[in-house]
Amino acid sequence: MSSRRSRSRQTSSSRNITDDQIHDLVSKLQQLLPEIRNRSSDKVSASRVLQETCNYIRNLNREVDDLSERLSELLATTDTAQAAIIRNLLMQ
Amino acid sequence: MTSPSTTIPNIVTNTDISRDTRRKKRKNKTQKHHQQDQIQINPKWKSQEQQQIYSTKLRQAITRVNSSSTPRRGKAVREAADRALAVTARGRTRWSRTILMTRLKIKFRKKKPNRVTALPSTRSKKSRVNVFRLKGKVVPSMQRKVRFLGGLVPGCKKEPLPVILEEAIDYIPALEMQVRAMSALFNLLSASTSGAGVSSG
Repeated sequence: MSSRRSRSRQTSSSRNITDDQIHDLVSKLQQLLPEIRNRSSDKVSASRVLQETCNYIRNLNREVDDLSERLSELLATTDTAQAAIIRNLLMQ
Repeated sequence: MTSPSTTIPNIVTNTDISRDTRRKKRKNKTQKHHQQDQIQINPKWKSQEQQQIYSTKLRQAITRVNSSSTPRRGKAVREAADRALAVTARGRTRWSRTILMTRLKIKFRKKKPNRVTALPSTRSKKSRVNVFRLKGKVVPSMQRKVRFLGGLVPGCKKEPLPVILEEAIDYIPALEMQVRAMSALFNLLSASTSGAGVSSG
């Protein structure tokens, strides 16, 4: 938490954030997105970055939901012997 | 010099120590280095250590999930996984704090004392064209996208733009790690159950 506070003190002393910082944040975000990373990184608009970010987060959330469904089914639809094995594995 | 064993408490201690030394070094370095250290100070979601820490927490959380009612079971697993993820994040980001507080059902409004307001246009005399702001206000075509993104990241619905961007920058690698850890766990369990089925059959 203190690192966050000192960071804001250094960069925005007058409680304003510069356009450059926003630009930096957008480019950092852009580096995380898999689709944009493969293409030229200079010519992607900020609007596109936001759009891709939204799509990517939605996809990741869907994957996590799907995985948790499968995990829960795995835990439930097994007989007692296998359930015990699973629980032992999970406890390790 | 003894090499530390790969037990989880040792890894956490090493991360803490290295983080403190990095923080001390940060004061001597320039802004650019400062930015690099910022990325390192947040938990590195790509590292194997983080995934191990998270996997352990995930396993513990899943064992506690009771398969009470069928429609809620998947949801319960997802919530447990999210909680484990938020704990692994050590509550340093807004989204992780939101997940933990939602669980405890505490309505805790954490208002930052210095709100980030729009910039006066006289300062933006740089060569870069800013898409987000025009005359100090956020461009309305971007506003909707920004709000939508804020709705996706937990706890950022009413936050200003730079906060949403920072949270998203941390949230995305955390989600990726969650996917990796859960699929690894799933493969491990399904392989073992199929193996057990074959042996007991």
